[in-house]
Amino acid sequence: MAQSVINPVAATPAVPWLRNLLLGAIVPLLLLILWDQAVRLSGTRLIPRPYAVAQMMWDFIFGGIYDDAFSRTFHIHLWASVTRVYTGFFLAALCAVPLGLLIGRNALMRRLLDPVLALLRPVPVTAWLPLSMIFFGLGPNAAIFLVFLGAFYPILLNTIFGVRSADQRLFEAAAMLGCSGSKLFRTVVLPAALPTIFNGLRIGLSFSWILIVVGEMTGVPTGLGAVIMDGRNLSRTDLVISGMVIIGLAGFISDRMVVVLNNKLLAWSPQHRG
Amino acid sequence: MANSPLPILDIRGLSKQFMVGANTVDALANVDLVVKKGEFVCLIGASGCGKSTLLRIIAGFEQPSTGTIAMYGAPITAPGPDRGVVFQDYALFPWLSVLDNITFGPRQRGLSKQHARKTGEEYMAIVGLTAYADRYPSQLSGGMKQRVAIARVLANNADMLLMDEPFGALDALTREKLQDDLLEIWRRTGVTIIFVTHSVEEAVLLSDRVVVMSASPGRIASDNQVVLARPREVSAVDFNAVRLGLTQKLTSHVTPRTRPDVADQRVALT
Repeated sequence: MAQSVINPVAATPAVPWLRNLLLGAIVPLLLLILWDQAVRLSGTRLIPRPYAVAQMMWDFIFGGIYDDAFSRTFHIHLWASVTRVYTGFFLAALCAVPLGLLIGRNALMRRLLDPVLALLRPVPVTAWLPLSMIFFGLGPNAAIFLVFLGAFYPILLNTIFGVRSADQRLFEAAAMLGCSGSKLFRTVVLPAALPTIFNGLRIGLSFSWILIVVGEMTGVPTGLGAVIMDGRNLSRTDLVISGMVIIGLAGFISDRMVVVLNNKLLAWSPQHRG
Repeated sequence: MANSPLPILDIRGLSKQFMVGANTVDALANVDLVVKKGEFVCLIGASGCGKSTLLRIIAGFEQPSTGTIAMYGAPITAPGPDRGVVFQDYALFPWLSVLDNITFGPRQRGLSKQHARKTGEEYMAIVGLTAYADRYPSQLSGGMKQRVAIARVLANNADMLLMDEPFGALDALTREKLQDDLLEIWRRTGVTIIFVTHSVEEAVLLSDRVVVMSASPGRIASDNQVVLARPREVSAVDFNAVRLGLTQKLTSHVTPRTRPDVADQRVALT
């Protein structure tokens, strides 16, 4: 056959990873220098210089510098936050994806639930904090609930949108091939919505990392949010900044893991590669 | 082949109205059409003549407003695997490989994975795509996608192929090749084909019978047997004569609408 085959993967030019890494490092390095010089020139003692934060992080992770209450406690706080983030996030995905498929596909469900969702959505998740403490008491469950709420809406709305924007032709194609009714959810609705669902999962996970800090600022002794709050109470800005850096890195690594899964499951769709 | 006592498709007094805003539009009015098993029928007409609507009603995607439509005597009420649709825009499942697209129907029928795979491989060979079994639709050209779409309905044992301008989006060379292949598949499988096109040449090249439709309201204007021997040659004298005759039938329903005196009458009537 004389037909050509388009292969978008092979068409991408190979860029050396080292060049990308160097290009990506320029702006962070400039920001570090700016931070360092701004603190030095202004003479403020409220904000530490980058080197002091690096020392704090080393002590936080490995100990041996300050040997105080925070030395070598990194793994405890990180693990506490990670388990809470993923518990809340997975619960949200477990509820939001099936519900979104149903609402996107079923007009009755949409009319039934749309008003409630539309009214609850504008309420900032942080406004739920007092109520969640009443519901779940002081402790990690209140934080998990906040994460759940924060991740729930982006996953739900993206799932609904993904189902609604699925090509109607594909439903007709499935019908004329003998597939109809509830079987369509697995064969057509879910795969057609999957690229948009993954967008929702990424947004939901990034909200999870924002909300875990809020959730851990009251009532729990462990977690990266608790560390930042302790740093604030003790006026230890180096600890606060260390916590911020670690949360940024944890959120970044979480996102890359979803992107890897995304690329694996959506190999059929070159335009959805993240 | 024994003649079935019932025609494969029997349409009587069928009409279809759509609501466009507050207005009712007659998409089809009083259509009668009987198709015999194994026939290759082309529906042809200007845009808006209702040929695609008629095909969608046969497919079961739309219901007629009045009249009856039956396949082997049983009313058509919903889409079904006995009527395989080939869309102009392919409508392949983008997340399934070529093989999985072709075996989608057989798997839905409950065939085992191995059995479905064997069927799939058989039909991939028929449409010449064996080497592309693991490709995704986004990695195929338009012509190859349409081959997959044809193989997918054949693999599902469809009795009737409903094709809605299937080659309209393809380049001329690919179109010619696919027309030849479709005729070969039709000859080999004996499947009944209803084929919507707006190309007179394509209709004469492919079909036993050309049904000319006209618009406002959509109706059958003439029903013509094509009595040319196969294989047909588009540059032959007799081919040209048939084509010319059909083109005149087609345009005779189109041109009067632009004549001012007829247009005036229309205004006076409404």
